[in-house]
Amino acid sequence: MATNSKSPKSGAARRQFIFDSAKMVCGVGMLGLGLGLYAKQSRALPALDLRPPGALPEEDFLGACIRCGMCVRDCPYNTLELAKPEMPVATGTPFFNARNIPCEMCEDIPCIKACPTNALDHGLTDINKAKMGIAVLIDHETCLNFLGLRCDVCYRVCPVIDKAITLELLPNTRTGRHAFFLPTVHSEHCTGCGKCEKSCVLEESAIRVLPPKLAKGELGHHYRLGWEEQKKAGRSLMDESKMLDLPDRLPEGAVVPGHYDPASGKTATARGLPGSDAGSIPSTPPGLGDKP
Amino acid sequence: MSQVAIRKRIGAEAVEEKGWLRAHKWLILRRISQFGILALFMLGPLAGIWVAKGNLNYSYTLNFLPLTDPYVALQSLMTGHVPEALGLIGVAIVLIFYVLVGGRAYCSWVCPINVVTDAAGWLRDRLGIKGASSLSRNTRYWILAMTLIGSALTGVVLWELINPVSMLHRGLIFGLGAAWTVVVAIFLFDLFVMTRGWCGRLCPVGAFYSLVGQWSPLRVSAPRRTACNDCMDCFEVCPEPQVIRPALKGEGKGIGPVILPSNCTNCGRCIDVCSKDVFTFGLRFNNPPSTASEK
Repeated sequence: MATNSKSPKSGAARRQFIFDSAKMVCGVGMLGLGLGLYAKQSRALPALDLRPPGALPEEDFLGACIRCGMCVRDCPYNTLELAKPEMPVATGTPFFNARNIPCEMCEDIPCIKACPTNALDHGLTDINKAKMGIAVLIDHETCLNFLGLRCDVCYRVCPVIDKAITLELLPNTRTGRHAFFLPTVHSEHCTGCGKCEKSCVLEESAIRVLPPKLAKGELGHHYRLGWEEQKKAGRSLMDESKMLDLPDRLPEGAVVPGHYDPASGKTATARGLPGSDAGSIPSTPPGLGDKP
Repeated sequence: MSQVAIRKRIGAEAVEEKGWLRAHKWLILRRISQFGILALFMLGPLAGIWVAKGNLNYSYTLNFLPLTDPYVALQSLMTGHVPEALGLIGVAIVLIFYVLVGGRAYCSWVCPINVVTDAAGWLRDRLGIKGASSLSRNTRYWILAMTLIGSALTGVVLWELINPVSMLHRGLIFGLGAAWTVVVAIFLFDLFVMTRGWCGRLCPVGAFYSLVGQWSPLRVSAPRRTACNDCMDCFEVCPEPQVIRPALKGEGKGIGPVILPSNCTNCGRCIDVCSKDVFTFGLRFNNPPSTASEK
């Protein structure tokens, strides 16, 4: 191409220069458009592919990460891998799949130390503050604990046991004499390491680490939780003596365990719940108790 | 095909004159450099001997030497992100190195895609494929500008999404995946579609490094240009043949013998294939307008 930028004296040369430039701008512009759209797609990180600890939010991460793989190299558990071109993760960027190999939450966080950019935030020095995602007990129908069994594996393997995952007790009304121990994730403490997802004994994990955006709801910003405001203020924020209490309307003869009726000031017995008086044992389950 | 049979192979004269080894000296050294660097990276994952960790985008050698690709770092900078200290030191080291030895020495002495496009060029010559479509050699600068502006607009290190150079190098070290298809595509493109199409016209990485090497002291020079017998082998073998003419044919026009255009990759193939030993590596300052006295 004769770019003739030095001697576009004649009109013809100038015309040629302009046309050549236009050709370039159009051709390369089309390539750029394609790349740009591809770049936009590449931001859609699949929900189950997690970034290493300290990773910036995805839209920043793809600008800061220079795809060198140092984090992959310094991960002692081979958790991380670099995305290959055919994968749905931006080419060359590090990720892991918790069901495959979870993050072992090294205390010295070697992956962050190895990162030559700030794609993995060097300000993160306490691995317990990492937020690779948030575990969600996604299927209440197959989780063994929800079926009334004592699997507890996700709870037991959690590196932040009793903080990130607790077992919440509920009476098992099916048997009437047992309790459900429901694994419950507390997002404040969950690092998203994925050990729960990895160790779930089901064919498909009932608990999965999701990006916080997918895992969390968000309260209306004007919402205040009455009981917390009460704790902060040290008293009720309203004058309870002036509360008008209407009689509860329940089906005749119905008793709701643990129900507080401010009108009568009475609390019905919450049978089987901790701290309550034990109610009468229901009829013996079938197949038991008939024989001596 | 009769033309192919009659046509003399590039460098045949030099092989006769200087012997095979001397007629391939710089080519061999270059391949040793390319495969050696690759080996240093692959020793880790393959044999557990960690010399160079990472890949061409950023590497850390022997826990001592950080090296960062300044083009990738620049794209990252365009998105508003600055590397950490080691990353920045790596950029500085690489920039200084290529300012000194010629920016596009990266292309001919380090880049793994160069082996692919050289192979395509070689096969193209063997098969006698001529008359292909062509693109301006300036296209790469437009693509370079596009990737920088595009990085700023999308917030993504744009060229890294499809960069065949890092795809191949990273792939060989971390697992190739479908990256081989891109490599094959480039090979076929250079072979059938466009002579020296990828490295010579499209690749923005080479374009970037050519800008880095704009004032490099280390250059190929033609001090014995008066001995040139116009066999054209250097033009045939050169990946950027347009850079040779001014220096080689500049005698009497007041143009010195040093090949100044920064797109010369300092590969030294012209030195190899010249039976008259016209070319040699030299310094850009040693550039007298007339070399008639040298013989």
